[in-house]
Formats: sequence, C-alpha cells, structure tokens
Amino acid sequence: MLLIKGGRVIDPGSGRDEVGSVVIADGKVADFLPGGEAPGTFNGTVVDAAGKWVVPGLIDMHVHLRDPGFEWKEDIRSGTAAAAAGGFTSVVCMANTSPVNDHPEVTRYIREKAASAGRANVFPVAALTCGQNGKEMTDFSELFEAGAIAFSDDGNPVRSALVLRRALEYAKAFDFLILEHAEDHELSGGGAANEGWTAHRLGIPGIPSAAEEIAIARDILLARFTGGRIHIQHISTKMGVDLLRMAKRAGIRVTGETAPHYFTLTDAAIEGYNTYAKMNPPLREEEDRMAILEGIVDGTIDAIASDHAPHDEYTKRCEFVAASNGIIGLETALPLSMALLAGGKVTPARLVDLLSAIPARILGLKGKGTLRKGADGDVTIVDPEAEWEFRESDVRSKSRNSPFFGWKMRGRAVAVLCRGRVTHSLMKGVTPDA
Amino acid sequence: MEGGATGEPLREREVTPMEWRRKHVLGLADFSAEEIEFVIDTARSMEDVLTRDIKKVPALRGKTVVNLFFEASTRTRTSFEIAGKRLSADVVNFSSSVSSVAKGETLLDTAKNINAMMPSIIVMRHPASGAAQFLSRHVSCSVINAGDGSNEHPSQGLLDLYAIIKLKDKVKGLKISIIGDILHSRVARSNLYSLGRMGADLWLCGPGTLVPKEMGRSGATVTNDIREAVRDADVVMMLRIQLERQKTAYFPSLREYTRNYGLNSEVFSLAKKDAIIMHPGPINRGVELSDELADSSHSIILNQVESGVAIRMALLYLLAGGHHAAH
Repeated sequence: MLLIKGGRVIDPGSGRDEVGSVVIADGKVADFLPGGEAPGTFNGTVVDAAGKWVVPGLIDMHVHLRDPGFEWKEDIRSGTAAAAAGGFTSVVCMANTSPVNDHPEVTRYIREKAASAGRANVFPVAALTCGQNGKEMTDFSELFEAGAIAFSDDGNPVRSALVLRRALEYAKAFDFLILEHAEDHELSGGGAANEGWTAHRLGIPGIPSAAEEIAIARDILLARFTGGRIHIQHISTKMGVDLLRMAKRAGIRVTGETAPHYFTLTDAAIEGYNTYAKMNPPLREEEDRMAILEGIVDGTIDAIASDHAPHDEYTKRCEFVAASNGIIGLETALPLSMALLAGGKVTPARLVDLLSAIPARILGLKGKGTLRKGADGDVTIVDPEAEWEFRESDVRSKSRNSPFFGWKMRGRAVAVLCRGRVTHSLMKGVTPDA
Repeated sequence: MEGGATGEPLREREVTPMEWRRKHVLGLADFSAEEIEFVIDTARSMEDVLTRDIKKVPALRGKTVVNLFFEASTRTRTSFEIAGKRLSADVVNFSSSVSSVAKGETLLDTAKNINAMMPSIIVMRHPASGAAQFLSRHVSCSVINAGDGSNEHPSQGLLDLYAIIKLKDKVKGLKISIIGDILHSRVARSNLYSLGRMGADLWLCGPGTLVPKEMGRSGATVTNDIREAVRDADVVMMLRIQLERQKTAYFPSLREYTRNYGLNSEVFSLAKKDAIIMHPGPINRGVELSDELADSSHSIILNQVESGVAIRMALLYLLAGGHHAAH
C-alpha cells in the first residue's frame, strides 16, 4: 500500500484537477481522497506530494528500444530505465529491430524481456509488412495475441498505396490501429535535412516538406476510403497539421502525434553540420514549428511522442549526410513539453492528455492514462518548479545522441510508479524498487 | 629533396600587414572583406615568385602538406601540389576515388591516421558537405577545404575573385552572372561569398530544378532566363553540368539544356563588349559553353588556373604561419 499525499492530482480521464491523495494498492489505483490532508494513520508508505503534480503515468507512443538486434545502442532494460527517469510508465516500441518484429516470437521476446527486466510497461508495435518490405501483410491477429498493440513499418513506410489500402481494410474488422511514418520516399530520396535556405546554404541535399505532406494526404484519403483507423506519426510540417485538422473535421478516423523537437527546434539547429540535429522527418522552419504549436493548442495534434531513437556515437560522429537519423528523447520529452505551459495556451491538464490520456485511448490501453479507481497503478509525480540542466553524464539510455545537453530545463518527473512499483525517484524517503 | 631546393626568399614587405588568425580555411561564408583582400594581396606577392626563373621559395621548408582527395580531381590537386612545392613543402598525395565509408574506414579514422603522421596542413576534397569542418574538429593540423560536397570550394572562390580583379581592377558594381547547376555547386556558393562580399551585383541562373528559389536569400538575383542574366554582364561564369552527380533528371536532355542554358555567341553578344567568360573546369564543350567561346579572347579560363596556384600558395603560406622558419 502506498499513499501519494496532498499533490495536485491532474487526471483528465476523470475530469479531476484538484489537490488530493491517491492510494495505490495491489498495483492498482485504490482510492482518491480529496484535500491536502490524508488519514492520520496509514498502513504503508506515504509519499508527500505537496506542491507536486500527480498525474497518470506518461505514455510514450513512439520509441525505438533497439532490442533485439542493436543492443549496443539500447536494450529493453536501458530503454525502460530512461523511460522511467523521464517520467514514462509505458512505452510503445517500433518494429525496426533485427530481426524485425514481424513474427509472434519476436513480439513475445520483447514482452517477456520487458516483464523481467523492464522498468516500464512495454507495448510492442508489430511490422505492418513482413520484414517491413512493404509487400505482404504480417499475421495481424496472431501478432496481436502475442502482445502487439498496433502495426507499423515506421522508418520504412509503406510505399504502395495498394498495400496500405489492403492493410487498412483488413485491420478494420479487428479494429487494429495502423501507425504511419508519412514520407514519400521518392521525393525525399537522398535528402538529409529540411529543404530550405539552411540546407541549400550548407549544400545538404534537401527533404521537401511535400514529401511528408503528400504521404499524410494519401494516408488520410485511404483511411476515409476504407473506414480504417490510422495514426500519423511525428508530424513536422505546417501543411501536415492543416491536413490532419481538415481530416478530423471531415470525420475521418485519423489521429496524429508530434515530437518535442519539432516544436522546440528548427533547421537552424543543423548549422555547423550538427548531426545531433539530424532526424527524419527533419527539423523544419519557424513557420512549421509555429503551426505544430497551434495544432497542439487547438487539439489537432493528439499526442506528443519522443521518437526516442538511440544511436551509437560513431554513427553520429561523421559526415552529415552519412550520419544516422534520430535523437534520444525519453529523458527530455516531459520537460520540453512542459515549456509549452509558459505561453498559457497549454494547460497542465492538456499536457497530461497529450502525454498520457489520449495515447492510452488511441492505442486502446485499458487501465492506462487515468487515475480512476481501479486503473493500473501507473503514476508520475512531477515537480513543475524543478530547475535542472540536462547533462550527458545523467543519461540512462545507452546512447548519447541528443542536441539538448546543457539545456536548462524546468519541470521534471521526481517519482514514478509502474503498476505500484517505484521505478524512479528523486524524492527523499522514496526508494525505487529493485 | 624538395625542401632543399634553393630560391630567393619571399619579399614579405609586399604583403599588407594584417594579423592572420585562422587555423583553417573551410569556407568563405565567414570571411570578412578585409580577410579576402589580405589573401589576394598575399597571392600577388606569390605571383611574383611564379614569374621568376627558379619558381621556388623556402617558406614552407620542413613542413608537410597532405593532399587528401576522396574525389577524383586533376586540376585542384595538381594546383595545390604545385603551390606546396613552390613553397618548398613536402607534398604527399593521398587519393581515393572510393569514399572512406565504402572502404570500411570512417572519415574520422582516416583523419586520425593522417594526423598521427603530423602533417602541417591537410588539403581535403570530400564528397560530403561539411566534411572539412568535421575534419578540422578532429585533427591538430590546419585544414584547407578543397571542395566538400555541394558546400564550398574556398580556394576556387578566391582565385575567381583574383582572376577578375587582375583584369577589371575591382569587382564592386560589376554584374557577374553564375549560370548552370547552382544547386549542387560548391563553386557557386564560395563565389557568392567572395564576390558578394566585395560588392559584385550577383546573378544566379539555371533551370528551375537547379536554382532553388530560396537562393534569392543569398542576396543574388535569381533568374531562369539566360538572356536576362547575360544582358550587360561584366562577367559570365559558366558552371559544369555534372551529369555524374545527377541521380535523377533535372532537365529533359543535354540538347534541351544547351538550347536554354548554354552560352553561345548569340547570347553572349548581350553582355558588355569587354565581358569575360569564366569556367571552373573541366568544360563540357558544346554543352554549357560553345567551343568557339571557350577559345575566344573573352575566355579567361586559363588565367583562372594560373591565379589558382598563386591563391593556393597564399593560403598554404598563411596557414603555415607566414614566416620562413622551419619546425
């Protein structure tokens, strides 16, 4: 039994944003007690959360754990440790492992390793096509039974509209979700940075925003045509947001996420051929960044996901065009997202929606994303005032590919509970369970 | 022994005094007009050496210059080699047409290996933009960028400026049009900086596919009409159509390209009477430049090559410390 006492409990799922205490028992949320005071006698651990936010455990619906196959970059143990340190209780891992997660054995391996070594819930996404080859669909229902929660060829998006059409039609009967990395490969081919003045000046081959937008439009139109359910990953462009907004207005079953770097940085960050600012989709321009912010504020964008993409040092310490795409993000997603609060247009409750409640709903994760009685005991305690510097030496991930070292952050997860177990703590008297 | 050859020392007094602070020459993007002028002044005194009987001075005796070329190059490498030798440096050529990555060795490892041999200066050409900056961060010696991908080719930008100045005295106010594949051209980028900083009226011209609309932000005027670019121009600089670089077609055919963007006598007649034609080479005769114009009195292509040696001597000399002492 554990009592999280007197914090500001923000739980959009139950419409709650008030000071109170949360009781965790048997790995579940057992009770909510309103007010700053709690029962005088409590038979268990008491965590004093006064001045802190108590929110449903954060869910990162887009990470790469690199396990199996690339364990030197990250594995399930280190990746979930990074997740816990960043405030996440659940992560959704992509299928571009080696072997690709296109077989129930791989899905089971991930689930089992996460259960034994993980510090967060791990929900695998299975490949949409065998070997992510873009041709034959994987065995959706068998993969689902093994624990896959959605299907995606992330990183190697489905090029054929016909294959995607069939997948959407087929998945619809089971209400399975398809996640799409929207990119027209022919248009983006050979590109290494956003096509714009910065890339032209630096002589870096460009990735036009249209490469993403055309694919988003295609995905939306196929979702409309088939009635299937699709989720657009890491939206980075203004027109991408506009298309999603339009699709939602038209009642099409589409959702979308963005990543903190798309509303925090622009392609100016690649100056000096900084490979730590190289990702796909690439960092865009100020106009795009502003549109992403607008999409977050008006609800067009449903979720913030980190696209945590660990890469070893030598694949970043090289020529820009040759460098790997992606940055780690689990340990910076929350504070970078909390920076959105400063403008006043994003409320703490909306932030919890973006980082927990809505991802749980999109993914159909029962018992997640809320602190309602009976929900899983996944809780993140956030100190909204904590000021700290993100330092390379503090990173829990095996990889160090981040453009944010040395950044001054405000807001931090100070304790995390996953199914009632303490997986991370910076709080006095609260020690992580082994 | 190369370093043992004799020759009169350089007449240093001919160089305008200015403190040279750079360790590397990676690009002209951050060169001030003053620095550019200083290099040009230094090149002038180098040119003096080139007119002597014994074209050699002991300025870089005991210093090693490594030409590290990851892309095929004849003129630039030869030019740097001759420049180094005329300054009595020991020049070593390390050429590889295969990129380091394809060979399995990373650029970083190659760089560290070369660096361990303690050269004074590495002159590098590499197919990746930014490769020279990257190298400079990982070696202890000086680095000269001899062309990195589509980014910069600073010695070319300086030698083009020098060649124009020799004929026209100054570039300020001159209409200078750069025509061709701007998108992939490191020569165009370096020239935008060198000529732009000295006050030229710059024009960029080529097919829409090879002149990105954003290039207007460089301060140059962008046009897709070669006549507009050439009209009343003082300098017309044609760029090589690099067919080998183009993985997908940027224009219908060479025939169509030549028809719209090739420089021939008819189009060139729109330029000023004393206009000059430049080309960084190698020329595709009959494609971007007609045979007749390439060999005409307006063409200063060989002057460019000549200026190249002086500019490269100046850069090597300045990076080596600008004095005669050996290590």
